[in-house]
Amino acid sequence: MIDLDWLPVIEDWGTQLAAAKREGPAAWGKLRLLAASSIDFIQTEQLNRVLNKAFPGTPPSGLSAPPVSIAVVGSSTLAHLVPGLRVAAARRGIWADVYVADYGQYYQEIEWSGSGLWAFNPKVILIALDARHLFGGPLALSTSASDAIEQTLDRCEALWRLARERGVHVIHQTAMPVLPALAGSNEHRVDWSPNRMVQVYNEGLRERADMTNIDLLDLGPAIAADGLRQWHDHALWHRAKQEVTARAAPCWGDLAFRIIAARGGHSAKCVVLDLDNTLWGGVIGDDGLAGIVLGQGSPAGEAHLALQAYAKGLAKRGIILAVCSKNDEANALEPFLKHPEMILRREDITCFVANWDDKATNLRRIAAQLDIGIDSLLFVDDNPFERALVRRELPDVMVPELGEDPSNYVDTIAASGWLEAVSVTSDDLARTGQYQANAQREKVKNTITDMDAYLNSLSMKLRWRGFDPGGVSRIAQLINKSNQFNLTTRRYSEAEVEAVMNDPAAIHLQLRLSDSFGDNGMISVLIARCDEGREAIIDTWLMSCRVLGRGVETAALDLLVEQARERGFSRLVGRYLPSAKNSMVAEHYQKLGFTQIERGDDGSSLWQLDLSGHIPTGKHIECTEG
Amino acid sequence: MTKDDILAQIVALMRDYFDDDDLALTPASTAQDVAEWDSLAHVNLIAGVEGVFGVRFSISEIEHLQSVGDLVNLVAVKKGL
Repeated sequence: MIDLDWLPVIEDWGTQLAAAKREGPAAWGKLRLLAASSIDFIQTEQLNRVLNKAFPGTPPSGLSAPPVSIAVVGSSTLAHLVPGLRVAAARRGIWADVYVADYGQYYQEIEWSGSGLWAFNPKVILIALDARHLFGGPLALSTSASDAIEQTLDRCEALWRLARERGVHVIHQTAMPVLPALAGSNEHRVDWSPNRMVQVYNEGLRERADMTNIDLLDLGPAIAADGLRQWHDHALWHRAKQEVTARAAPCWGDLAFRIIAARGGHSAKCVVLDLDNTLWGGVIGDDGLAGIVLGQGSPAGEAHLALQAYAKGLAKRGIILAVCSKNDEANALEPFLKHPEMILRREDITCFVANWDDKATNLRRIAAQLDIGIDSLLFVDDNPFERALVRRELPDVMVPELGEDPSNYVDTIAASGWLEAVSVTSDDLARTGQYQANAQREKVKNTITDMDAYLNSLSMKLRWRGFDPGGVSRIAQLINKSNQFNLTTRRYSEAEVEAVMNDPAAIHLQLRLSDSFGDNGMISVLIARCDEGREAIIDTWLMSCRVLGRGVETAALDLLVEQARERGFSRLVGRYLPSAKNSMVAEHYQKLGFTQIERGDDGSSLWQLDLSGHIPTGKHIECTEG
Repeated sequence: MTKDDILAQIVALMRDYFDDDDLALTPASTAQDVAEWDSLAHVNLIAGVEGVFGVRFSISEIEHLQSVGDLVNLVAVKKGL
């Protein structure tokens, strides 16, 4: 948690910050994106200074959410936590002004109406009392531990009421478990031990908080995840009276601000789930119902199931679930209807979108259908390409940076705090049904995504070569596995692939794609056989669905045309043979500018392209042989 | 790693922290030479240096730091140089 590991790492963060600084007040959008990345406390300090210089005294103009003024008061040193709080606000597109009371002055500042705190006119007061201040001192002889705890809680509640009377919302931080246990595992048997008193106090805070209608900032889960030593350093306490370490300050700021965001309605209302390699392992369109990895007995299958169970729990709490998948709808629905291990069922999904459009366009559709803001969507997808596209096109959508291992999906989403809730009402519990009804009524609106700009930014490189002995086994694997983007679904063994390789009259291509996210490996295979005449007949054209919508097909056609020309052909002929799974390429040749010459009763079609008239149309991709 | 490398990394860290690319520091520089180098910044910078070099300083070691050069020397000792 402490490294904000639900956010993406921006490799050239420093360079981008330097560029943003030169833009002055116009830089807000960029600074927000830089805030929404995995940054440490030095970067957080730096970004806070840049924000102060770019917007001295006044917030950026045109923000969709009103600025928030937060007063932070407490018993220890808190000034080092301010940048984390302000940057956490910027991460959500919100401007925060922060006032910090002098060290230890929390009671006086809240109690005295002439204090600096009240002059600052805060909307929110955050009270952070440290464990040593609360229970570190010796207990008075005449007082029992439980009385001492009750008195402390009474004092807290009195402060909360003072703030509430002035219309200010209160967030109270639970005490950190920094005091040593005197007994150990059975510390509860030493009821006067400061360690135990902190525990009882923290529990007592919950009941009082609900009675007074204030919120708690509970650092416990983060400390449990990272370890207390990351969050608290005794040396730092002795030197500087900092209870929270500088290193933890960015995370502290996010934990605190997510409560303020949730109060302001800036939490996710809808979780949008990808399917292949997210809700299950594998690709349903290629691997089929029996081939996807899901369920007990396989570690990866259990990990995907854990994500489903988590989503189901969120739905129960009132979060809407949607699906956004690049798939044929029939394929995408099949596991929901037929797979015995699926926890999520069709009726759990309020809005189900499976098609071949880009995901930014589909997310706009989902928001429109549900009639909620685009900033209410949290997008869960294993594919870094899709995540980066959505972050770029729709910066308001929350996109947790899922790692490679599905075991960590749930923790990453939960750590993000984008689903923070401060209250759960009966309305929340009934919500899914309401939205389901709305979604069926709403019309879909489309907005064009600037795909060209995004694709250009990926620096895609396509490496091509003819079949070679090293590639044979992967080529045969792709030929036998690809179902969706496969024009003819002809299957060949390794020996047959070798025969093509050794046929001097055949054109054969294996394509590998790399981009700024890494190497996708071999993603496409083409075979063309030569007729007696002047035609090259495309026998096989297939591609991994992972790289759909990036213009790889167009670049592949340019390569094929070049090869055919070199061999003196004047025409390319391509056939589409329909199967149960390849309807997505029914229009493939038409899209590429081929002319239809035949259409069969079975839905098959034959197409041709005159090579003399073909002008290369590949964009965004740099092709090299190798 | 040499002491020059350590100095260069510490200077880079401080330039980031203070968001000042022109910050000029030598081994003789002290907190008095940088307007924003107050007690809070000092605590943060020490934590930052610990993080960058993967070292931990004791309370007494930190108490004896007077200048940037002292900090460089302390890191060098911790790194076994």
